Amino acid sequence: MAEITSLHAAVADLIHDGDTIALEGFTHLIPFAAGHEVIRQAKKNLTLVRMTPDLIYDQLIGMGCARKLIFSWGGNPGVGSLHRFREAIQCGWPQPLAIEEHSHADMAARYQAGASGLPFAVVRGYIGSDIPKHNANIKSITCPFTGETLAASTALNPDVTVIHAQKADRHGNVLISGIIGIQKEAVLAAKRSIVTVEEIVSQLDAPMNACVLPHWVIQRVCLVPGGAHPSYAHGYYKRDNAFCKAWDAISRNRETFLAWMQKHVLGTADFAEFQRSLAAEVQVRG
Amino acid sequence: MANSNYTPDEMMTIAAARKLRDGDVCFVGIGKPSAAANLARITHAPGVVLIYESGTIGAKPAVLPLSIGDGELADDAETVVSVPEIFRYWLQGGRIDVGFLGAAQIDKFANLNTTVIGGSYEKPKVRLPGAGGAPEIASGAKEIWIIANHSKRMFVEKLDFCTSAAGNSTKKRAPTTVITDLGVMVANSVSGELTLTALHPGITVEQVKEATSWNLQVNATLEVTPAPTADELAALRDLYARTALAHGTSGEGE
Repeated sequence: MAEITSLHAAVADLIHDGDTIALEGFTHLIPFAAGHEVIRQAKKNLTLVRMTPDLIYDQLIGMGCARKLIFSWGGNPGVGSLHRFREAIQCGWPQPLAIEEHSHADMAARYQAGASGLPFAVVRGYIGSDIPKHNANIKSITCPFTGETLAASTALNPDVTVIHAQKADRHGNVLISGIIGIQKEAVLAAKRSIVTVEEIVSQLDAPMNACVLPHWVIQRVCLVPGGAHPSYAHGYYKRDNAFCKAWDAISRNRETFLAWMQKHVLGTADFAEFQRSLAAEVQVRG
Repeated sequence: MANSNYTPDEMMTIAAARKLRDGDVCFVGIGKPSAAANLARITHAPGVVLIYESGTIGAKPAVLPLSIGDGELADDAETVVSVPEIFRYWLQGGRIDVGFLGAAQIDKFANLNTTVIGGSYEKPKVRLPGAGGAPEIASGAKEIWIIANHSKRMFVEKLDFCTSAAGNSTKKRAPTTVITDLGVMVANSVSGELTLTALHPGITVEQVKEATSWNLQVNATLEVTPAPTADELAALRDLYARTALAHGTSGEGE
């Protein structure tokens, strides 16, 4: 049953050191505010799951929150590489990062299997690929009906899934619109879930067939306007492409990265304060 | 009217765009595939259906998306579906005519690497983004097109890692075409090996062989790609200019 709380309380209550957590979103509605709160609370030894790890995963990895990353495509969309992700894999800084790689179709199917209570997912794309050679969670199976060789991979059931959405009502029912990605499956596959939202309204007014997560499948709903910045929230604000480009320079070396994180994330109490801190810097630069 | 004042990159994008037929259903990768597919849509193939892996079906972006999940793709799409649905029903279900990909390394059978360069998998020299949608695009689309700049670094004898295999043992290999800034290569339907079939204007066979790490097979007869027309160039440059304006002025304090 969804409880409406502060983001600080939700992260403190539901995310524990050593958990497997998925902060999902497919370039849209990325839960940046929640990722920052995980960093502020200095969670450790997390296994991070995400189809498309981007800037917020770069930050979590660079701040030493993660021991393992399960993913299918890691990059700064439209800009290039994630420097903290790369340095963790290439140099083991700030700590070694174990990786488990899949394809997008496989990750999506693994969340579906997890949400369906099934033990594994089935895909066709790995035949001839080197990916299964380095991933014990992908195995070859033979279709019992046709004899075709396919790949099976284990279901994904994160301890906690965190997503950002446009709206919730006062009961905690959540409406997501636009590019909805894998968020529904990721929440339904998880043992616990946190949803940050742009606004809490008295009536959800969801169109029939809309992507709605009922309050009774969510544990915490937190009001965090702008909480997907620098990604975007369809109907609310656009992606901050300038910030995504600026991140390339900020994250390129350890010192500038740590100084930025110290000033804007560790040095601020919450996401609203983070946004003021960032805006002040942009104003000075401009 | 032909125009000799163009870059090799423009020739590559225009050559790729021309291949799309009106009405084709195309699963589009970000970057050069997206530029070529959208150029086709705004020139000779207005009925082409562009599908991005973020779940946008029939996308008609006015500017090129910076990422595969930009809001512009959703705004004008015929429908937006979830990520599991796009991979299950639309791609693996066999509804895609053309899967359009890029890569960091390609071998002679058009297998692709987007995972690691150098070192080992565990300790690579350069860690790349990874597979994304490519393994299922390569195995699920009826035809595969790859767009890539021609160099020995790209066209390698042996991949550092095979992320997406072009063909596989249980399924018939999909016809595969590679469009570069020097010419066009097509996978032989029997051996699967890439064979040079066309040269862009002013390019020689020697130049292409020089930029390929293996001993490239060359077709007995070679076509010459018609140079970009003034209209094609104007449409492509206008698309890039609109894109730069849209993405470059969103409050950049640089």
